[in-house]
Amino acid sequence: MTTIAAVAPAAKPLKRRRSLARDRRWALIFSYFFLILFAIFFLAPPYYMVVTSLKTNREMVEITSNPWLIMQGFTLEHYKNLIENTDFLIFFKNTIIVTLCVVAITMVISVLAAFSLSRMRFFGSTAIATGVFLTYLIPDSLLFIPLFQVVKSFGLLNNYWGMVLVYPTLTVPFCTWIMIGYFTSIPKELDEAALIDGAGYMQILLRIFIPVAFPGIIAAMIFAFTVSWAAFIYPMAFLYRSDQLVLTVGTVTSLVRADVFQWGSLMAGALLAAAPPLVIYAFLMDYYIAGLTSGATKG
Amino acid sequence: MVEATQSAYAPALTSVIPWRRGRIARVLRRRSTIAFFMCLPLLTVIGGLVVYPALYAINLATLNKAMTKHIGFDNFAFLFTRETFWMVVSQSAIFALTAVFFKALIGLITAHLVNNLPAKGQRKWRGMLLVPWVMPLSLSTLGWWWMFDPTYSAFNWLLALFGIGKVAWLSDPYWARFSVILDNVWYGAPFFLIMYLAALRSVPTDLYEAASIDGANAWQKFVHITLPMMQSIISITVLFSLIVTFANFDIIWVMTQGGPRDMTHIFATWAFKLGIQSGDIPLGASVSLFMFPILGISAIFILRGVAKRSREMQ
Repeated sequence: MTTIAAVAPAAKPLKRRRSLARDRRWALIFSYFFLILFAIFFLAPPYYMVVTSLKTNREMVEITSNPWLIMQGFTLEHYKNLIENTDFLIFFKNTIIVTLCVVAITMVISVLAAFSLSRMRFFGSTAIATGVFLTYLIPDSLLFIPLFQVVKSFGLLNNYWGMVLVYPTLTVPFCTWIMIGYFTSIPKELDEAALIDGAGYMQILLRIFIPVAFPGIIAAMIFAFTVSWAAFIYPMAFLYRSDQLVLTVGTVTSLVRADVFQWGSLMAGALLAAAPPLVIYAFLMDYYIAGLTSGATKG
Repeated sequence: MVEATQSAYAPALTSVIPWRRGRIARVLRRRSTIAFFMCLPLLTVIGGLVVYPALYAINLATLNKAMTKHIGFDNFAFLFTRETFWMVVSQSAIFALTAVFFKALIGLITAHLVNNLPAKGQRKWRGMLLVPWVMPLSLSTLGWWWMFDPTYSAFNWLLALFGIGKVAWLSDPYWARFSVILDNVWYGAPFFLIMYLAALRSVPTDLYEAASIDGANAWQKFVHITLPMMQSIISITVLFSLIVTFANFDIIWVMTQGGPRDMTHIFATWAFKLGIQSGDIPLGASVSLFMFPILGISAIFILRGVAKRSREMQ
């Protein structure tokens, strides 16, 4: 009697647990099914670009063949054509110079400013912090026409050093904003202790803040890198001679104005030009995402 | 304390000229002065390359085409008489609102799906789904452009499998509008996914456990727990995305250049066409200034949202 009474209540939760486990398994299958659909949607364009860049021209123009697959053998001729017969390598070199300079300038400006805004209050410092965030919200497509006149007055039209001048407007506000967030989260006791020990502000910044907030610095650098690598409207408006173009504009303008047989090289160019941000993302994904999400939540 | 004693003794101890030099040195050593100098590069960049150009745009918009004399608001008056201008206004609104709605919806759905997975698989999926956001937009749009190619469209090939005839993706104005929105949704949805996934993880799990004990189903949990907890992050991302989408340039410029029949132009591309391509800088500046009101309003609400969110996070 007692054994039955003891077993009966135990059986019911067991059954319920089983049905819960079954529910969870179905939820999992459901999630995987739809995630695969979304992954196909998100990855189809880059996949199709890869396929096109490796396909022979002959196969590409066959209307009946499946455009999503390579049936008649791989070829690297599009990449070879891109490197040998176009200015692609010049675009690459220009982009690297511009991006590295912009990242360096951005980091110096925004780390200094974020340190002073988050720790050393002065007259108007909170207003400046808010102003930094507001300038981040001003899009480049609002400013390119007046900046065209500014760049012209510096004599930097059609010169990639003009990009080094204007790209910081895209990177500095956001980088300063996330660095303020990271610096504010450092405990005050740390720099107070250093001040008592006689450290100067520069020493505190270099020896304490930069090492402690290093993940934030990496995140800000990744942001500055990807933004200046991908910038499009400024170089589109300010550069036009092919020895000064950067990758985004160079790929879009100088490789496009050909007939259909250039599609392979065009896709090869777009992929190679997109590769550096993708590689950095693949290796530093967690920093990338931390930078992305901290913009709206910190500060 | 140290500063106070120094300033009290300094005049008595030193003669007049060294005293004055000492005061300048002390001002330079002062915390707020150092702080100001550290901010100076930032202020130069923002003042010289953001605030000044923004004000200069207003000045430019009141000039005539040759930029020789001020003509007041004639540029704006001229724009109001152009049919294309009103088409650009409505297309900007359609483009931004539709794209942001679908981006937010897909972001919310995919964030939930990823959040359902076991913890160790999430990172892989998240990494894969964020690829569209990482690729430079102008370059991935080239891929979309090729997929919409009139003769060799990869989509038309797929549709043909189901017996559906060719779609003129970029030469029919309405399909072209659809195509640029599709590209924008593809590019922007991963951003929402990342933001919502981060927000979903910050919702305390005991709330869901308590709701389960009370017999709430999945939908009730979503409406009564998830949505209220994510409300501020949803509004911040939607407003932010509204600004970025409204001001988009890359997609439309690469894919359609505003055509066919100017039907896919939005403010940025039309301003580019008038200001840079046709060389009428004042008219282009006037067009881009029309973006300002909607950006300003969104910015105020974002600022309020961020302040609220950072209070919640503390």
